[in-house]
Amino acid sequence: MTHNQDKIIGTGSIILISLMILSLPVAAYRYINGLGAISNLSDAYPWGFWISFDLFCGVALASGAFVVAAAVEIFGGKTMKPLLRPAILTGFLGYILVGTALMVDLGQYHRIWYLTWSWNLHSPLFEVGWCVMLYLTVLALEFAPVVLEKFKLEVPLKIFKRVSIVFIIAGITLSTMHQSSLGTMLLIIQGKLHPLWHTQILPILFLNTAIAAGIAMVIFESTLTMKIFKRPAETRAQGTLAKGLPWVLGIYFIIRIVDLTIQGRVGMMFDGSRESIWFIIEMLIGTIIPFFYFLNKSVLKSTPAMFIGSLFVLAGLVFNRFIVSWFGILVPETASYSPHIMEIMISAGIVSGGIMAFYLISRFFPVISEEH
Amino acid sequence: MKNSSFLIDLTKCTGCRSCQVACKQWNELPAERTVNTGSYQNPLLLSSQTWTLIKFDEFEKQGKMHWLFTKIGCMHCEQPACVSICPVGALQKTESGAVIYNKNVCIGCRYCMIACPFHIPTFEWKKAFPFIKKCTFCFDRLAEGQKPACVCACPTGAITFGTRNDMINKAHGLINKRSNTYNPHLYGEKEVGGTAVMVLAPRDVAFSDLGFPKLSERPLPTWTWNALKFVPSQIVLVSAAMAFFYWLTKRKMKKKDADKEVQHDA
Repeated sequence: MTHNQDKIIGTGSIILISLMILSLPVAAYRYINGLGAISNLSDAYPWGFWISFDLFCGVALASGAFVVAAAVEIFGGKTMKPLLRPAILTGFLGYILVGTALMVDLGQYHRIWYLTWSWNLHSPLFEVGWCVMLYLTVLALEFAPVVLEKFKLEVPLKIFKRVSIVFIIAGITLSTMHQSSLGTMLLIIQGKLHPLWHTQILPILFLNTAIAAGIAMVIFESTLTMKIFKRPAETRAQGTLAKGLPWVLGIYFIIRIVDLTIQGRVGMMFDGSRESIWFIIEMLIGTIIPFFYFLNKSVLKSTPAMFIGSLFVLAGLVFNRFIVSWFGILVPETASYSPHIMEIMISAGIVSGGIMAFYLISRFFPVISEEH
Repeated sequence: MKNSSFLIDLTKCTGCRSCQVACKQWNELPAERTVNTGSYQNPLLLSSQTWTLIKFDEFEKQGKMHWLFTKIGCMHCEQPACVSICPVGALQKTESGAVIYNKNVCIGCRYCMIACPFHIPTFEWKKAFPFIKKCTFCFDRLAEGQKPACVCACPTGAITFGTRNDMINKAHGLINKRSNTYNPHLYGEKEVGGTAVMVLAPRDVAFSDLGFPKLSERPLPTWTWNALKFVPSQIVLVSAAMAFFYWLTKRKMKKKDADKEVQHDA
């Protein structure tokens, strides 16, 4: 890829770099004057846009790394191999973005490492924190061969390839743990979270939706990457991966409906309340439409068609995470919250940094290229 | 005193706010600049500088306006959600009954604020290095053999303090003796597994109208623990399953390669 003759800084890069630069003074202002100075967060809304978008959506969207790793390395899905490295890079950068966002969101951000010695085994957030720390390490190790290849370090490369399966399995285990435990985190707000979403099986639902989102994200990201780097689309690999989507979405739909039925909450789905409308929109966009859509054989043979389908799954995931971590949580009647423009600027800056890093790394390291 | 509790008798509260002021005095909390909203309730909400507050609710009874005063603040749950989910264990339930906060380990994630069924913990939004703030149960006074500041300040005896059992017995005694005065429900006796702040309300007033959420008796930490307890088995099962499928895939591939070779030889 290094011999690509295109100029590195195009219009896209200029926009991304501008967004990154714009977020810096906002962050500085927060570090001097506190969270209240740049956000509309309050005692009634202690969590807002950052936690919903950067943490809950961010982690789920970064799950492609473990899904593709499992498909390729564990289940022998060789056709999907071209998707693996970009997926791992997306995951790695995704988790770094989550960590960066926490550096803004946490009140005592400089103490994030306290998790390593001040333990509370009963806290789902403790588990999530540990998993994310370990998984970041694992992702770095999974990505290391790319760097070693670039610098032609054959000996360490050989060692890495030999033990890589250990990292892969550790990565999958850690992923299933924290993807589900993010759901466990919201179990504690029984009574505050609307009953259409609060259920003891929330961790299973979280893992399930994260897998769907991971697949969709890989389709989304690989389509754009190939376009940007002017390479032929990975339609065959994408199609093989996308074949799994109706399964994941179908299982989700069944679990969801059976669970609501057992709990006698079917009526709530159609009671005309604001929440019932959210529920129907979420299920239609994120589950039902893409389920039938990806059953079409013709869709699986067309990258643009799969790209459009992936947008549905991603939109559904984002909507779901916003509901469970924000819209669907009961607050005192007098309170209201909508994100401050500076909150969005922080997130935009962080995401831009991630995209820019992805672009530069893909450009200078053997990420997108076929087998080396 | 071990396992102590507050009993707040709203029928005796006159809305003098001595408790509110005593709390500020003992904990050296500054006054807040507020605006007149047409109510004597002041300030309107709990904050990092106001840890207990008298709420002024207006009710109409037989065509006349009536006031009802409610003391709000940390309920010091018996099985607190905040304690169970704090990732660094900054919140602890002590033997005395207090839910206390250790600012030396807090990372400022505000999960406790989300988790609290009563919307109690507050945050220092204007500080560069903010902490969580809430009622401390005056654990520092208890250590010196003193009762909490609000209890000592109350002129009408609306706030009493003693062992949880005594307070429950006392409350039920009152409810039985004066069934015309009291709502038969003792709020906090069973909610979320019980709280160390229990409230008696007047007979014709529903707790939900006073802003006390309707909660199940099930302690909230059971919800998270019911999922978290599976994590060790999850680690073993997922890793084992992945290793097994990897082995299976490898074997299949080897067989395929071998078949190819046989064909080749033939």
